Amino acid sequence: MNLVVMDLTLSGLLGRRRSLLLVALPVVLLGLAALTRWASDASTGATSSLLGNFAMGTVLPLTCLLVGTGVIAPEIDDGSIVYLLAKPVPRSRILLSKLAVALSATVVFAVLPIMAAAAIAGDEQLRLAQAYGLAALLAGICYTSLFVALSVLTRNAVIVGLLYALLWEAVIGGYVPGVRDVSVRQWALAPAEALLGDRAASWGVTSAVNVPVGLTLLAVVTVGAAWLGIRKLGGLRLTTAD
Amino acid sequence: MSAILLDRVSRWYGSVVAVNDVTMTIGPGITGLLGPNGAGKSTLISMMGGFLAPSSGTVTLDGGPVWRHPEVYRAIGLVPEAEAMYDMVTGAQFLLANARLHGLSDADAAARRALDAVDMADAADRPIATYSKGMKQRIKMATALVHDPAVLLLDEPFNGMDPRQRLHLMDLLRALAAEGRTVLFSSHILEEVEQIADTIEVLVAGRHAASGDYRRIRRLMTERPHQYTITSSDDRALAAALLADGAADGVQLSGGTLAVQTSDFGRFTHALPRLARDGGIRLLEVSPADESLESVFAYLVAR
Repeated sequence: MNLVVMDLTLSGLLGRRRSLLLVALPVVLLGLAALTRWASDASTGATSSLLGNFAMGTVLPLTCLLVGTGVIAPEIDDGSIVYLLAKPVPRSRILLSKLAVALSATVVFAVLPIMAAAAIAGDEQLRLAQAYGLAALLAGICYTSLFVALSVLTRNAVIVGLLYALLWEAVIGGYVPGVRDVSVRQWALAPAEALLGDRAASWGVTSAVNVPVGLTLLAVVTVGAAWLGIRKLGGLRLTTAD
Repeated sequence: MSAILLDRVSRWYGSVVAVNDVTMTIGPGITGLLGPNGAGKSTLISMMGGFLAPSSGTVTLDGGPVWRHPEVYRAIGLVPEAEAMYDMVTGAQFLLANARLHGLSDADAAARRALDAVDMADAADRPIATYSKGMKQRIKMATALVHDPAVLLLDEPFNGMDPRQRLHLMDLLRALAAEGRTVLFSSHILEEVEQIADTIEVLVAGRHAASGDYRRIRRLMTERPHQYTITSSDDRALAAALLADGAADGVQLSGGTLAVQTSDFGRFTHALPRLARDGGIRLLEVSPADESLESVFAYLVAR
């Protein structure tokens, strides 16, 4: 980790206008949670439905996309990353520092609001808050790593990430059973399902895969994406067309 | 004392060749990389700075490769052409960040020294976003100097500078070169380059067109064949007189104008009015056909 890189990354992430979006998403989620509590009388089923669909399917991937691309893509786009790269600092340290900032932001802007939303909408001794908090944390780590790597790999990271998060995870994953197994959300829900035990089925917290498979796949994708990002950052082409 | 060595370096993007088989050594002193826009100067500097892999050939700094070797940045200071920086921090904060990224033992002092060197100490506490183009250029320069590098690579450093800033930067580069540093800068303006460069490397259409001190380059450029188009009261007689006098190498009569080619610029310009007067010919129009810098460069390549 490099504190200077983290410092510059953080001021870049929060200093741009897109940081307003980062605040807007959790605010909408908390608002919906309050509405849900009022409309369904704090039922755990309704809470689980809100969190399983809107929070895990939209708020979390979108926040991770904003954060993951926000910590590095603008610098690559405008070329200012050259000031980080023209330094005798290992590329792994630069990328992991940025990843650390992104993960912290994901926790603040997605994971904690999701837990709060569960408590607001209606929970039973914070069991749903814990279960969805765990799932959001695991999925958040994986998504963030994926989107940071994507930002180094392609200048169209936001579009590719949106297509993946919205089309693959939300739409195709909902209809095609085989695809559901290849989904960060499903992998992350496996430990949440295990955490809730007997109540999981009645609250609708179910995963397409079991815990060892889910955790293994999460780890493989997270580490693989970070490794790829480091490799690509080391060979990043920085040149204007003359 | 450090030197960058390019050995048969080429770089292509798909089927477009940006840099074609360039071999050169950039040693201590100021080297000007001269060429028209699109000649491949930025591509070449990117490869020297380790931000682009050569498609073939090697780029080395004091014998070690630069591509995928971040430790070379202890010796290299880079001034990129792109203007973007970390806009939300102040100049002083940005310089300090650069110094700390270099792992300097006294980052504070190094940052202050670099700001002083570019005369930016007064405005250092303002956010970079509020700086003018010239101030940004100076902050870029300061980030390249902060770790006291042996090699300085500058991509079009004079772009957007006013005359005073230009002179200041020229003085700074001269002082750095006098300390034994290797300074390379690119430009598409000959006058800029010949004012301060000890050595000039000319790049045209990706090729290494010429190399040497500015007098040699200047001579190559003025001694090339010149083309003129002339309209006069009697083109045919004027053409004959120019050929007979030896002031022109070739003439062509077509479409009511006379095209003249000469390899001796001085002799032609003196002979033309004299021959016209002697022959009673009235000159209606005399214009150089190829005085653009691009055509000068094109001649150097074709040579």
